[in-house]
Amino acid sequence: MDFQVVVLAGGFSLVPLVSKEVPKALLPVANRPVLSYVLDLLEQKNLKDLIVVVEGESAALAVSAWISSTYIDRLHVQVAAVPEDVGTAGALRAIHRRLNAKDILVVSGDLVCDVPPGAVAAAHRRHDAVVTALLCSAPVSGPSDSGSSGAKDKAKKPGRYNIIALDPTKQFLLHIAAGAEVEKDIRVQKSILRAVSQMEICADLMDAHMYAFKRSVLLDVLNQNETYQSLRRDVLPYLVRSQLRSELLSNGVQSDENGNGTDAMQNIKILPSQLLANASTPSFHELFALGPDGSASMTRKTHKCCVYIANKSKYCARLNSIQAFSDINRDVVGDANHLSGYSFSAHNNVIHPSAVLGSKTTVGPQCVLGDGSLMGDKCSVKKSVIGRHCRIGSNVKVVSSVIMDHVTIGDGCSILGSVICSNVQLQERVVLKDCQVEAGFVVTAGSEYKAESLAKNEKL
Amino acid sequence: MVAKKGGNRGEDAEDELKREPLQAILLADSFATKFRPITLERPKVLLPLVNVPMIDYTLAWLESAGVEEVFVFCCAHSKQVIDYLKNSKWFGQPNFAVSTIESHDSISAGDALRLIYERHVINGDFILVTGDTVSNMPLIQALKEHKERRRKDNNAVMTIVIKQSKPSSITNQSRLGTEELFMAIDPDTKQLLYYEDKADDRKGTISLDKGLLMDNASISLHNDKQDCYIDICSPEVLSLFTDNFDYQHLRRHFVKGLLVDDIMGYKIFSHEIHSSYAARIDNYRSYDTISKDIIQRWTYPLVPDVQFFGNCASKLERRGMYRASEVGLSRSAQIGPFTVIGNGTSIGSNTEISDSVVGEDCVIGSNVSIEGCYIWNNVTIENGCKLRHAIVCDGVIMKSGAVLEPGGVLSFKVVVGQQFIVPAYSKVSLLQQPVIKDSDEELEYDDNSSGIIGIPSISSTPEKLNDQFGTKLSDSQRRAGSESFLYQVGDGGVGFIWSLGEGGHEEEWRHSVAPIPADKLIEIIRTATDELEISNQDGNFLPPSGELEPDSVDNDSDEDARDDYSYFEKEVEATFLRAVHENVKEDHIILEVNALRLSYNLTSTDCASALFYSMMKLASDTPHDTPGELVKNVATVITKWKQLLKDYLSSIDEEIEVILKFEELCLESTKEYTPLFVQVLHLLYDQDVIQEKAILDWASEKEEAEESDKLFLKQAEKFIQWLNEASEEED
Repeated sequence: MDFQVVVLAGGFSLVPLVSKEVPKALLPVANRPVLSYVLDLLEQKNLKDLIVVVEGESAALAVSAWISSTYIDRLHVQVAAVPEDVGTAGALRAIHRRLNAKDILVVSGDLVCDVPPGAVAAAHRRHDAVVTALLCSAPVSGPSDSGSSGAKDKAKKPGRYNIIALDPTKQFLLHIAAGAEVEKDIRVQKSILRAVSQMEICADLMDAHMYAFKRSVLLDVLNQNETYQSLRRDVLPYLVRSQLRSELLSNGVQSDENGNGTDAMQNIKILPSQLLANASTPSFHELFALGPDGSASMTRKTHKCCVYIANKSKYCARLNSIQAFSDINRDVVGDANHLSGYSFSAHNNVIHPSAVLGSKTTVGPQCVLGDGSLMGDKCSVKKSVIGRHCRIGSNVKVVSSVIMDHVTIGDGCSILGSVICSNVQLQERVVLKDCQVEAGFVVTAGSEYKAESLAKNEKL
Repeated sequence: MVAKKGGNRGEDAEDELKREPLQAILLADSFATKFRPITLERPKVLLPLVNVPMIDYTLAWLESAGVEEVFVFCCAHSKQVIDYLKNSKWFGQPNFAVSTIESHDSISAGDALRLIYERHVINGDFILVTGDTVSNMPLIQALKEHKERRRKDNNAVMTIVIKQSKPSSITNQSRLGTEELFMAIDPDTKQLLYYEDKADDRKGTISLDKGLLMDNASISLHNDKQDCYIDICSPEVLSLFTDNFDYQHLRRHFVKGLLVDDIMGYKIFSHEIHSSYAARIDNYRSYDTISKDIIQRWTYPLVPDVQFFGNCASKLERRGMYRASEVGLSRSAQIGPFTVIGNGTSIGSNTEISDSVVGEDCVIGSNVSIEGCYIWNNVTIENGCKLRHAIVCDGVIMKSGAVLEPGGVLSFKVVVGQQFIVPAYSKVSLLQQPVIKDSDEELEYDDNSSGIIGIPSISSTPEKLNDQFGTKLSDSQRRAGSESFLYQVGDGGVGFIWSLGEGGHEEEWRHSVAPIPADKLIEIIRTATDELEISNQDGNFLPPSGELEPDSVDNDSDEDARDDYSYFEKEVEATFLRAVHENVKEDHIILEVNALRLSYNLTSTDCASALFYSMMKLASDTPHDTPGELVKNVATVITKWKQLLKDYLSSIDEEIEVILKFEELCLESTKEYTPLFVQVLHLLYDQDVIQEKAILDWASEKEEAEESDKLFLKQAEKFIQWLNEASEEED
């Protein structure tokens, strides 16, 4: 299929989890870099020709090294480095010369989901849309039983999700706004409402940041509006807003280097015949394009913005906050463990054969213990992910937490709902609740922290 | 135990509800002026719709839907309505009690409901309709839903009936001629969340409160529904109208008020009907549309060949033609499809009638052509007339060869002269057009169709008409009179052609009985395309969050303030002059000036300088020949009004402000004072208006000013020196 895939794997936003050494794309989810979930998904669907865009040269090198070591002979991946802070739109602008397929599938590198990208592509092709966005149900947030109330509040922050308006058939996108960015009123264009008669406004859908774009349109929009920074905040709303007054098709075709040979007029003439050919009920775009009197005397240019709404049973989440990091780790080893690629034991957990457990140490269900990790006696691990080569003392409790690689944990520590990065050292009897500990940090013996972010510069 | 008790009580309540007879309020007054000039002589609910008065359709439907008690509220032409009901069979029906409530001073639906509340006649849930509703919908289902919601949630006070109807994509108005309606409805509970019927065209967007989405995961936004104006209300609705005495219009005030106000938490729900018919006659276009619906039997059983109340059944013939039993029809007359001919009407040879309604006892001559017209009773149309898409009221005589162009309305007993052509969309009446309103007033009317209202019984009491309009029918009208106003309608014609208000013609085609002309449609399409472009461009400038940047406001605020001050100054001056000429008490002026100060949000310093300015202006406006006389004038004014001024001079700062104002006055507006600066200053000092300290402070403040600014300081040098010395001496 003539789809080119761009994976946007930028971002340093998750302080303190992300550092120069570990870019966001390589954050571990169940002991695998998050980027691998997207790449695996694409590989499964036979989309093997990818461009991975990374912000910053050093991060690009790290990602590139990891990809070539992991996916050699499996995927054909080009890694492109773009300057930092250019935004998602800027990143695409920077690599536009490498885009040559008719349609572009843009996927965010922090997406963990099992929705087939082919479904999005098919919806895109079916409607001949300029953009198709993947929407999924907003997660019913909050960790189930970690008891971390602080985290729950964060998840319940109002307006975190998108406000999306769809047509009654739920195929077309009529309005989109990020919940957090809407100050007070939701403003819906009357012209679109008139054309479509009825629209559904939903607050329980989430933009999953997987978009199929028509390449000519995407490049046009990016070139004409140089201030556009973000696909989500600028490009998509622009396309949605202007769908009944498109300036794109004609321009797009003219500037098409491949020269498809059709000019704008022909495009329009095709429409009625297309309608007959499809033999389905025409969408409101087509009716609107035909003009109010039903004849083609006053044709108007329109373009379609479509959505593909993932089934509720599908898993779909974006790793875009620390809360999301914890949630995704929990889900991938828990409810959505088919994503992790591990085979779970009868106890519904994964303990690498090379890991060593002390006596009376229990590892509960929905846990992953990486290779070469050692645990002392009388430890208890519940709903947590522990990385490779960790040294864990005795009487340690780990609940609903993520511990990355090469972490040393002293005796009698208690870790609840926290994230502990690589090479951290926890001395004896440390109590952490809802904390994040930066890579290489040393927590002194006996200290207790609650809902804090522990990073080196704080100690200085 | 408790649960059981609750259950019992529930049953009791249910029984009680069942025992309660179903009541309805029928408003026999539209509180609108859309059917003028006809409604000047007859109330709208008695106008014939396919030869039956509108109110009969409403009452027949209410009766068939199981309503047991109807209160007919009459206001405009109340006597006619009551007389009609008395002579009809509606009084004295078994199981269907009709009683009237009369009012003479209600000007809106809100007033009507407040009056009904005071009567304490409504005991339970009731149906609220207007007397111009045509429907055949069963009420049982909607009523049941309403009561179930009520039981769960006491705040669900109202259920409005809606129906699918897509407004035209060109004119953005519904087939009933009403403006497009935007509604937001919760798809699960059917709760109404947003209602916008008077669309502000300039706004290309609908603003929904974000808070709505907090409570509801999804909302349906509709542009394809029509409000049937049939409401199922709880008794609270009446008390809400009483509590909010400013609610006038049912939709614009009441519904919107409840939707916006979330303190009380009252909720409105919607009930959509699919197969049954419901519509309200709001304007001429809906009159036309609903008449056609009746003829085409959408309103069955309320159709011409079924006898419901007061109508005389006619026979349905092929091609949708209804003919009463006694029609004198010439052999060569051609009666087209979808036409109703009333009893006792005679039609001459070679006459063609199609898509029209002809009333009883009409005489239609030969070679007449009638298309899409509504001809009421006792109309005489002589040979060779031509009528297109018009309404012709009772007793009209059209002399031979007269032509009525589309959209015309001939009110009662108008006579159109021979060969006269009544232009399109013109309204002809025996009564003069009542008022030429100020443009302001008219806007208000347009804005708020509950405005004035049927002039109570004009035909019956002409004196009253004069009373009411005596003042308004004043000069402007008489001036305009003979030329533009008293158009005769041809030779031997009787009637005034009402002039259409400014811009009125623009809207006339939207609401007339005539189909919208093709050229209008093309025009609209063109402008709509442009508008779309504009609105989209606006959209581009909107930041994605949809919030407008208020940056430009800041720049203007300074200018605004200055503007505000000059308006304030003018108002203070006017107040002051009134005080001078009409001997208003000082206390009152102080009150008024204070009120002005508050409304313009200014300080008392501003009051002082504005008052001072007014006084100096008064002095300079008083006739004088020499500067000496001017000083004398100033002295008189200041002496007389210094108490008023001093009221605002509570501190030195304000006195300095007065001096500065005087300086400004001398420099800018009233140059006469320039040579007199010191003299006046001295005068103010002598009159104790301004203290020594204020003058000295002003002087020291001015010391540092630029040379050009010191003009007056230099003039006053001696005076200041004298003041200085005086104070030293005192020390």
